[in-house]
Amino acid sequence: MNEIFQGLLEAVGLILSFDRDLVDITLRSLQVSLTAVAIATAIGAPVGSWLAVTRFRGRRQTIAIVNALMGLPPVVVGLFVYVMLSRSGPLGVLGLLFTPTAMIIAQVIIATPLIISISHQGLRELWAQYHDLLISLNTTRWQRMRTLIWDGRRALLTAALAGFGRAVGEVGAIMIVGGNIDQATRVLTTAIALETSKGNFSLAIGLGLVLIALAIAVNMAIHNMLRTERASLW
Amino acid sequence: MKSILPGVVSNASARRRGVNLVGPVDLTVSGPGTTMIIGPNGSGKTSLLRMMHGLERVRSGTVSWAVPTEQARQHQAFVFQTPILMRRSVVDCIAYPLIVRGVPKKQARVAAAEWAQRVNLGDTLKQPASSLSGGERQKMTLARALVIKPELLFLDEPCASLDGRSTREIEDLLAQARADGTTIVMSTHDLGQARRMADDVVLLLHGRIHETGKAQEFFHNPSTDEGKSFLAGGIVE
Ligand SMILES: Nc1ncnc2c1ncn2[C@@H]1O[C@H](COP(=O)(O)OP(=O)(O)O)[C@@H](O)[C@H]1O
Ligand SMILES: [Mg+2]
Repeated sequence: MNEIFQGLLEAVGLILSFDRDLVDITLRSLQVSLTAVAIATAIGAPVGSWLAVTRFRGRRQTIAIVNALMGLPPVVVGLFVYVMLSRSGPLGVLGLLFTPTAMIIAQVIIATPLIISISHQGLRELWAQYHDLLISLNTTRWQRMRTLIWDGRRALLTAALAGFGRAVGEVGAIMIVGGNIDQATRVLTTAIALETSKGNFSLAIGLGLVLIALAIAVNMAIHNMLRTERASLW
Repeated sequence: MKSILPGVVSNASARRRGVNLVGPVDLTVSGPGTTMIIGPNGSGKTSLLRMMHGLERVRSGTVSWAVPTEQARQHQAFVFQTPILMRRSVVDCIAYPLIVRGVPKKQARVAAAEWAQRVNLGDTLKQPASSLSGGERQKMTLARALVIKPELLFLDEPCASLDGRSTREIEDLLAQARADGTTIVMSTHDLGQARRMADDVVLLLHGRIHETGKAQEFFHNPSTDEGKSFLAGGIVE
């Protein structure tokens, strides 16, 4: 008990003194996850809006598959990306294994289905409102998608935030493809795992507090978005 | 520019999930002027308008125009009973149909602002469309319909949920549009409105056209018992 309390105090000290390692690791986490989420949103928003405005055979099944992919175990995604990027794998020549890029790839795979699913839900509602008007105005499919993406940007931001929350807190995949290399691929979650196993509680707790703060900030932002979305005039 | 009129509805009906919405009906819209579609709730007024505009698929028969349908659609606009608002400012809502047609944004906004003035929404340009009152919303959608200068304007009970003053404003705007050469096809269950605005009348019952005629003739001397009863304010089933 005393040890934990001691750790907590030291952790706060680390945070308040902007401990070099802690800052490095936090920034790397942000860099990897924000990049991954930007890419995943760039893929997920158009796909979500395409799913909203397009009727095709197998649409329900496609949506069911996307929803199922949300439940992909990160460890398995990590394994898959590892196999693809490993030296003998199909993309081995790129030499990406154990780099931040590999971690970004893994997080893109993890976050994209979630972002597609959430943006599709939001944009589908918007499409139900807009449908008759946009058909009446002879819009092209492309124009419909763009209109939904623009007018539904709050829903998309919500989706992106949820994707970020998932990506930044994930450990299984990036541990495998990143290798948790000091100064190179170590991020909040993998560092916590390592420091804990080393018995280095103060840094582990400090990192944990930062991660929790990020998660809370993201969830509060989502909550606010949804509330203003509902109440807002836009 | 070649006129899209006459529009000819020939033995056409629309169906949804096996339910007949309207038809089969025959109707010719030659313009100019206002054709008023009247009839009790559920008689198929909305469905007929939607079918003519291409929002309901024609399941049998045809709806045809003097030009190919795709081209004809470019010169039509539709005002829905419940205003469809976009999550945009008033001016951007009105500009949207122009933007869709490739008009540069600035130019579209200028034209939209002019239309907003004309429908007395000049003070609300920057407000979210959803901040407008019911009557203002319908005026906004009317401006959005007219901004493309349609040759043919469909309106589905545009004043159904409006108070007297808003109704009068809409009617004045429509009279102006009609004077400017826009052919109007609209539905109403307000007989007073039909009397005030109609050049031609179409009485729908049970998805079928029961009686058509010039407004004067219809209102003075309807040729069917149901027509007489409907005018007398009786319940027509
Ligand atoms: N989406 C729909 N699905 C099934 N039936 C419908 C739908 N919309 C309307 N109907 C039916 O079609 C008929 C005509 O409706 P409608 O065109 O809305 O009439 P009106 O506008 O004159 O009140 C009614 O019997 C109505 O119940
Ligand atoms: Mg109706």
